[in-house]
Amino acid sequence: MKYMNEFRDGATAQRLATEIRQITTRPWAIMEVCGGQTHSIIRNGIDQLLPEEIELIHGPGCPVCVTPLELIDKALAIASLPGVMFCSFGDMLRVPGSSKDLFRVKSEGGDIRVVYSPLDAVTLARKNPEKQVVFFGIGFETTAPANAMAVHLARNLGLKNFSMLVSHVLVPPALEAIMTSPINRVQAFLAAGHVCSVMGYWQYPPIVDRFHIPIVITGFEPLDVLEGIRRTVAQLEAGESSVENAYARVCNFEGNKTAQKMLEEVFEVTDRAWRGVGTIPKSGWRLSPAYREFDAEHRFQVSGIETKESPLCRAGEVLQGALKPNQCEAFGKQCTPRNPLGATMVSAEGACAAYYNYGRFVTLEKAAQPVHA
Amino acid sequence: MCLAIPGQVTEIHQDNGIMMGKVNFGGITKNVCLAYVPEIAVGDYTIVHVGFALNRIDEESARATLKMFEDLGVLEEELEAPDEVHE
Repeated sequence: MKYMNEFRDGATAQRLATEIRQITTRPWAIMEVCGGQTHSIIRNGIDQLLPEEIELIHGPGCPVCVTPLELIDKALAIASLPGVMFCSFGDMLRVPGSSKDLFRVKSEGGDIRVVYSPLDAVTLARKNPEKQVVFFGIGFETTAPANAMAVHLARNLGLKNFSMLVSHVLVPPALEAIMTSPINRVQAFLAAGHVCSVMGYWQYPPIVDRFHIPIVITGFEPLDVLEGIRRTVAQLEAGESSVENAYARVCNFEGNKTAQKMLEEVFEVTDRAWRGVGTIPKSGWRLSPAYREFDAEHRFQVSGIETKESPLCRAGEVLQGALKPNQCEAFGKQCTPRNPLGATMVSAEGACAAYYNYGRFVTLEKAAQPVHA
Repeated sequence: MCLAIPGQVTEIHQDNGIMMGKVNFGGITKNVCLAYVPEIAVGDYTIVHVGFALNRIDEESARATLKMFEDLGVLEEELEAPDEVHE
């Protein structure tokens, strides 16, 4: 496919890797923010092409992984109600709640539908006026314009049987939370290219100024990721910190203004709890007052939720880059994609799932050794 | 979740007052919402996420990036070439 194959060329990847080896003189810890990039890195073995001085820390950019347990439990409760048709992206169905997942609700008779686009959920609401159609609106800034359009369309169509359970999360506050964490080791960020396709990168200069860290907007194909790393290392080695765009065919500084205008209308900023990480101030979006009637949390009063995480799961440490997935005792044993203990083992973007699916079963003893002893 | 795929716009139409269209992904065509890329034209490439076009792909930037990768190789080959021997 055009704009994919050209950015997967093996010989060029080797050249970029050679260039990175040539400019690297010291150890550096670089976080790829987006789970899509984590999968690209592990699937293509990009981390193994790099000099051993470069450590890639996998970031929290996996919306399925960070959706708070309380909200998953709410989704399970709402999806179990009679008369509800619960629509979700496929990734969410196996995410463990406190006692079950959406697949279990479906097997118990719940009407659960997997949709490709949030607009499909609006279509289902129009075709099934006797049902209350609820869409699980999760995601980062990349997915928010789609979810916003679905609510906007539902309001324009006067639909009374459509609502959204919203758990939107935002990248810039998460970067600030990572940088101010006492356990932080991150020295530079590969910023998530598709988030920036919507938001641009005007939000990043203040973060660079405050923390003096390089931020390089990076795409997802192997050459995109390697180029992002090359530019990041060049800045680190030169002692510089600035925002650079290594994904210019898709991102520009301003971002998509049409989409940002819709986001401002439909959503408002709110504090958000991130599963495994904790509450980050002003790190999420909820429906704005003008759209509150479409908020599933208002429409369905669900009470008595008591959350309970698996005591074995260390997803929080994985999400904060403090632990590699195969360093967890439960990895590949009690916890697999078929029977996940935490959301990071579920998603197509979760770091644990990436390590499992691409065979990174390094022995615990080996993985436990510090890389730069 | 933030996976987005490049494709070529083959058709544009209106549906419920929203700009929609068909996008061809290497032979597979899907209906895509084009409301956030009102300037897009048939034949343009776009990047699509959960049924929404997020941005028009800037073909010139893509070419420039690929050219830069090429130049990186050229530079390396030049560095590897033996120095001319001066007597």
